[in-house]
Amino acid sequence: MKTLIANDLSLGYGEDLIIDSLDISIPKGEVTVLIGGNGCGKSTLLRSLARLLKPLSGHIVLDNKDISKMRTKEVAKKMAILPQSPVTPEGLTVLQLVKQGRYPYQSWARQWSKQDEEAVQNALEATNMLELKERSVDSLSGGQRQRAWIAMTLAQNTDTLLLDEPTTYLDMTHQIEILDLLFDLNQIHGRTIVMVLHDINLASRYADHIVALKDKKVYAQGKPEDIITCKMVQDVFDMTCDVREDPLFGTPMCIPHGKGRCLIKAAAQNQTSQISS
Amino acid sequence: MSRYRVFRTKNDWISFLFDPRSMIVSALLLLALITLFLFSAALGEIFVHPLDVIKVLIGQGNEINQMVVNSFRMPRILTALFVGIALSVSGAILQGMIRNPLASPDIIGITGGAGVAVVAFLAMFSNEDNALTVSLQWLPLASFIGAIIVGFMVYILAYKNGIAPMTLVLIGIGISLLTQALITTFMILGPIFRASQANIWLTGSVYGSNWAEVKILVPVVLVLFIVSLIISRRINAQELGEEAAAGIGAHLQRDRLIFLAVCTALTGAAVAFAGGIGFVGLMAPHIARRLVGSSYGALIPVSALVGAIVVLGADLVGRTVFSPLEVPAGVFTAAIGAPYFIFLLYKSKQS
Repeated sequence: MKTLIANDLSLGYGEDLIIDSLDISIPKGEVTVLIGGNGCGKSTLLRSLARLLKPLSGHIVLDNKDISKMRTKEVAKKMAILPQSPVTPEGLTVLQLVKQGRYPYQSWARQWSKQDEEAVQNALEATNMLELKERSVDSLSGGQRQRAWIAMTLAQNTDTLLLDEPTTYLDMTHQIEILDLLFDLNQIHGRTIVMVLHDINLASRYADHIVALKDKKVYAQGKPEDIITCKMVQDVFDMTCDVREDPLFGTPMCIPHGKGRCLIKAAAQNQTSQISS
Repeated sequence: MSRYRVFRTKNDWISFLFDPRSMIVSALLLLALITLFLFSAALGEIFVHPLDVIKVLIGQGNEINQMVVNSFRMPRILTALFVGIALSVSGAILQGMIRNPLASPDIIGITGGAGVAVVAFLAMFSNEDNALTVSLQWLPLASFIGAIIVGFMVYILAYKNGIAPMTLVLIGIGISLLTQALITTFMILGPIFRASQANIWLTGSVYGSNWAEVKILVPVVLVLFIVSLIISRRINAQELGEEAAAGIGAHLQRDRLIFLAVCTALTGAAVAFAGGIGFVGLMAPHIARRLVGSSYGALIPVSALVGAIVVLGADLVGRTVFSPLEVPAGVFTAAIGAPYFIFLLYKSKQS
């Protein structure tokens, strides 16, 4: 079952083609992670999914309907989007922010119906933000702020959640906290999660499905254990590495080659021989 | 217990979430405004006791007091009040749309457009004897049209598959500079006393307001104010940034056009009757944001109250402190506003 499908999609600004006849299908109820080098067109793809950029050709289909033919509020009831490092207006409280997720359901006279209240309450609970709801978002830590924004997208009550690098600028503890939260949303609430991540190892651990972008096209897509290989990393990121099994999770783990301190004798000799040659 | 309160009708058709704190802030500001209003009506060359002012307002009081309050002071006070509301609400909307607290209707050239129309009007309709060939009562109309034309021009020139806020600002600043050049040209070309007349207008003053003008200004501003309240949730959405706003289903381009239209009409109405009173559109929404935060449902009415207080206060000081000299209200708003602007710039540089 697919929820979001891009068909022969081409995107670009003016003459510059950034995505070239792309085909992607996002499986429903799973976690999909988009990976790719800087400037591979991930953000452009996201802008297009947010209806900010019209495709040069091709279609984006959400639950069997072309999103360009749907009303934008209808799309917003099916798919929520969290942009990369969003900026919160000064002084806005967590509750005021999360309430914005109800926008597609509201009208000028009906701004806080019982359903709105319920959805916001659930979103705050799921993200563990209930106690912070009256704090201003500026005053929160990076991780809490990101949770507040995720709560906003949850309040939209959509089946699909799209997140552009939700862990950027967060320390490792908070990266894991956010990814665990998204994992729970998928496992417990059955939401389809699509996100862009930079860390291949975290991507392989949390994703059911990985889409690797390269040169305006999909290079590979599938289960992490099937597609994360030395060759794929070499081709997509232009970096040599070893791929091992994560000793704790058994998911693929990519260890980049390069310099640094080396505590293993054989490898150290290997490294010096490489340098001397 | 939550700090927020809920208003909801039985069938859920009308429902709002509001913050009692902004209600309290609004009530206090309203009280301050009423006090200032009474003092404005009381003070001047002839002193009328505030209690007598109230008597006049409820239809009693003696003839002299009635004449002073109703004929001399009330049109001027109401003009100051509604000009303050118009400018500050316009600034608040613009700041939300551009997502920059330094935006204001003067910066994107709308006020300048009205200025050009005014000096052009004075220059074009002066005959050889330097008398105006048409009645001066058409001046507000000319100024309003000037504001609308510039608002429209900025939109058209910034348009490229929709408008981006940053482009709008840059084009606006360009047009604003152009209008300054045109204003100077017209003032140099025209007769000298027209230049001084134009200068008073450009500084901004509510001197010489009359009931006929008030009867146009007040309903126009009231209607636009209500429209602003209705679109406040759309401004809230845009404040989240382009992607997030689109993500929650906001119509970015359609709403931006609405915002710009409302802004232009408000500014146009204000400058038509009071000239280029500066910095109110910048300062009032910013103070309001400090008081009640960024949610536009509260920000718009509180900005309006602050703006009304600022302009009314500036006019009161301008006509009483240096009496019998009249100092235009625009001088005082600029005197407070310019340092405030520098302070804002300094602060935004630090963060």
